[in-house]
Amino acid sequence: MEAVLFILFGAIAVCGAIMVVTRKSPMASALYLILTLFAVAALFVLRQAHFLAAVQVIVYAGAVVVLFVFVIMLINVPEDRLPVERATTTRVLGVLAAGIFILESAVLARRFWMQKGPAAEVGTVETVGRALFTDYLLAFEITSVLLLAAVIGAIALAKRKT
Amino acid sequence: MIAPSAYLLLSAILFGIGVVGVVARKNILIILMSVELMLNGVNVAFVAAGSYLGDPAGGVFAFMVMTVAAAEAAVGLALLIALYRLKETIDITELKVLKW
Repeated sequence: MEAVLFILFGAIAVCGAIMVVTRKSPMASALYLILTLFAVAALFVLRQAHFLAAVQVIVYAGAVVVLFVFVIMLINVPEDRLPVERATTTRVLGVLAAGIFILESAVLARRFWMQKGPAAEVGTVETVGRALFTDYLLAFEITSVLLLAAVIGAIALAKRKT
Repeated sequence: MIAPSAYLLLSAILFGIGVVGVVARKNILIILMSVELMLNGVNVAFVAAGSYLGDPAGGVFAFMVMTVAAAEAAVGLALLIALYRLKETIDITELKVLKW
């Protein structure tokens, strides 16, 4: 059962990802990106990471992609003014580079042997919360500075100069 | 029971597709989305490794990556809006002021 679901959602994620990078219109890419993000959230559920799956749907599909869609509609580039894509040779080289990377990772992943630890549930609210507010408290607090910097930076950049 | 290597392979495939999007496209919006894809692929590896090793650090790292991805999208899109106001294009090859 788990294997069937893994293959199903893994295939949805990979197909959605391929569609994201191949569509001409950015809006179609954004919608396929949502599909991929939901499939990855389902994979998180499969690994008992319920909290992370919820955050994935809320933060990624709910906030990041909405921001993308908002900007796509805001700048609203007409169909005929979309960039002319790169030459076929460049694209083939890009696919080749990624293919080599994936093959290398596949070889490494086959050799990589993970030892089973004590607990399997690591992405639930309790485990993530406990780790976040004890061992990783400093990193968590610094995250707030990062978000503040991002907020101020985004406003300062996008503001119309008067 | 799925082998951990299956998750790592899926993670590598998602990351690789993201790399293709970054190197082979000219549309800045799609390049930014491909970066999100790459970060998501990394998250798959973090969650799978954390869950198979029984270490909560995997979940925490995935959480941090999501935060960074959100910040990156916000700043990246703000830069894109500023650039579009200035140059009226979303073609990445048109932006070559620093090239000589």
